[in-house]
Amino acid sequence: MSRQSNRATDSKKMNSELFTLTYGALVTQLCKDYENDEEVNKQLDKMGYNIGVRLIEDFLARSSVGRCHDFRETADVIAKVAFKMYLGITPSVTNWSPAGDEFSLILESNPLVDFVELPDNHSNLVYSSLLCGVLRGALEMVQMAVDVRFAQDTLRGDSVTEIRMKFIKRIEENLPAGDE
Amino acid sequence: MACVSAAEPERQQKIRSWMGHFRLVKCSPGSFDACSGSCRVSLRTDAVRKMTVHNLYIFDRNGSCLHYSEWNRKKQAGISKEEEFKLMYGMLFSIRSFISKMSPLDMKDGFLAFQTSRYKLHYYETPTGIKLVMNTDLGVPNCRDTLQQIYSTLYVEYIVKNPLCVLGESLQSDLFSSKLDSFIRALPFFSVRAA
Repeated sequence: MSRQSNRATDSKKMNSELFTLTYGALVTQLCKDYENDEEVNKQLDKMGYNIGVRLIEDFLARSSVGRCHDFRETADVIAKVAFKMYLGITPSVTNWSPAGDEFSLILESNPLVDFVELPDNHSNLVYSSLLCGVLRGALEMVQMAVDVRFAQDTLRGDSVTEIRMKFIKRIEENLPAGDE
Repeated sequence: MACVSAAEPERQQKIRSWMGHFRLVKCSPGSFDACSGSCRVSLRTDAVRKMTVHNLYIFDRNGSCLHYSEWNRKKQAGISKEEEFKLMYGMLFSIRSFISKMSPLDMKDGFLAFQTSRYKLHYYETPTGIKLVMNTDLGVPNCRDTLQQIYSTLYVEYIVKNPLCVLGESLQSDLFSSKLDSFIRALPFFSVRAA
C-alpha cells in the first residue's frame, strides 16, 4: 500500500504502513508511560493540537482554499480537501444539527487503525484521539473554536468511525496592546 | 473600492483623525491611494528603469513582527524598530477595518496595496493571520503571488515545518533568512539600485 503525495515539487511516496505502524508505536509507548487510558487520550489530543496549529499553514500553502464563509463550507473543505490531502480518505458530512452548528464526519476507513485491535484492558482508549486534536488546533488558527470528539469508533465495536464536530464560537482578532 | 486622495493638507488632517490608531507618517506630498478589490498599476517611466524591493515585514496573528528584512531602504522611519513594527501593524489593522466598513460593495479580498508617489506597499494575509507586507518600487505590478509564494515555499517550509522554531516569536532561523534573501534577489523586479 503506498500513498500518493500530491506536492507539485516533491514526488516522494510514503508507505502508509510505515505511518500506521509509527502511530501505533506512539500510542503503545504513551500507554506504557501513562498507564491510564484517559491520560493517554488527553496526551494524544494535545499532540494533535500541536500538529494542527502547524498543519493548517501547510494546508493553506498547498491548497488554494481561501477563507470559509460559514461552518458548512468549513465542513466540506475538511472532508473533501483536507482529509483527502493528508490521509487519502474522503469522509462524508452528515447529521447536521438543526442550528447548523454541529455535524458528523463518517469515515468508512481510518488509515491510523489498520491492523489494530484494542485489547480488553484498554476499553477507554480513544485510539485516534490525535485526529481530534489536529482538527481542533487547525480550526483554532483560523479563528474557529470547535469541540471535536469521537461518537463512534470501529475499534470499540461500532460499524463506522464517526467524528462529531461542534462549533463553539468565533475567535475574534485582537489588536495588540498599546494602541495610541 | 476605497480611494482616498490626500492632496490638500486639511483633508490629510481629517484622515488622521479618522484612522484612529494609524498616524500618517511623513507621506510624500501627492496622492495616497488605498486600493481594495482591484489593484491599480501606475507605471512611470523613471521608475520602470530600476524596479526594486525595499523591505519586507512578516507579522503573525497577534501583531508580533516575526521577520523584517530590508534591501534598498534609503530613509529610516526615525523611530525605533519596535515602534515601527507596532505602527505598521496598527495601520494594517485600521485600514482593513476601515475598508470593510466603507466598502460600497461586498468585500472580496479586502486590502491589497497602497501606493504613494515614491513607493508601493503590497499586502497579503493568510486565513491564519500571517501578514506579509512588502514595500516596492512603483514599477512593480501586483505582487500578491510573490507574497503568497514567500508564504508557501519559505515560511511554511522552513518555519512551520521546523519543530524547533517556536511560532509566534521572532524567527531565528538562518536558513529561512538566507533562503528569503536569495528568493527576493532572484525576483524579476528586483535590482540593486545604483547609489
